[in-house]
Amino acid sequence: MNDTVGIVIVSHSKDIAKGTADMVRQMVGSEVKVAFCGGNPDGGLGTNVSVIIDAINDAWSPKGVAILVDLGGAETNSEMAVEMLEPARRDLVVVCNAPIVEGAVMAATERRVAAHWPR
Amino acid sequence: MSLQPETFKTLVRVAAEQVIASAPELTSLDQAIGDGDHGTNMKRGFEAVLSKLDAISSQPFDEALKTIGKTLVMTVGGASGPLYGSFFLAAGEALSHSRQLPDDLAEVFGSGVSAVSARGRSHAGEKTMLDVLVPVLETLKAGVGQPDLIERIRTTAADAVERTAPMQATKGRASFLGPRSVGHIDPGARSSCVLVQAVCASLEGRR
Repeated sequence: MNDTVGIVIVSHSKDIAKGTADMVRQMVGSEVKVAFCGGNPDGGLGTNVSVIIDAINDAWSPKGVAILVDLGGAETNSEMAVEMLEPARRDLVVVCNAPIVEGAVMAATERRVAAHWPR
Repeated sequence: MSLQPETFKTLVRVAAEQVIASAPELTSLDQAIGDGDHGTNMKRGFEAVLSKLDAISSQPFDEALKTIGKTLVMTVGGASGPLYGSFFLAAGEALSHSRQLPDDLAEVFGSGVSAVSARGRSHAGEKTMLDVLVPVLETLKAGVGQPDLIERIRTTAADAVERTAPMQATKGRASFLGPRSVGHIDPGARSSCVLVQAVCASLEGRR
């Protein structure tokens, strides 16, 4: 399991994030670490930097973590979260420029080193 | 004359209160061209700032700005969190390099504006908060030391907000609307104006 990148799904909606994570697990089971989060600090639609940081750490793999996001705020908050990680981890995380569901499934099945992926 | 801690505390309090009071207006502007959460997001962020006001105002100014930035990043819950958060984090960082308020205000403010631009990969003219922050920075650069600076900044910010109405959004959620974003004031520009004007009002009350 430590040989593959971890996947983090960040959506404005927790339901979308969970559903996407379910689809990833259907493809790769527990071979790949997957974490997901969605919702603002009050639980409404939005994203939340501190839970994104937690999700990255939950899905952590020595090969790095790929984050899949839905809309702008999820991307901005994910980039902020990456910058707030401990320095040694920052360079091993990539926020992917890809559609969230297709990107997450592709990332999980490809499992390449995240740092080599297009940003 | 250097900025006094009491003045700074009042300034942060007034700015936060003004943002909170403007939440319904910001939400209504955002409902027109965005996802309608700008008011509640900003309110949540600045309520968190207010709740830490005593701690913030007991810190040196550079650390205080960074605390405000980090608080916004962690509590706003939308893109405006990292955008405003980056502004205050970068302004605090600039101030910590042996700069003084108010003498180096333009430089410190400019660092904040650059951080917003980098975080949003955006520049003025795209119907965003930068369409207020950039003109305000220009006025600051041109006017530090002049007696009517506060009035000029106030006017600059108010005019700049109005100028976002005819723009077509190319960044943020409003960009999905394409030409239909024209004719509406940008909510982020408006919240930047509220903040700038609150600071002006607070400083003016002190003179």
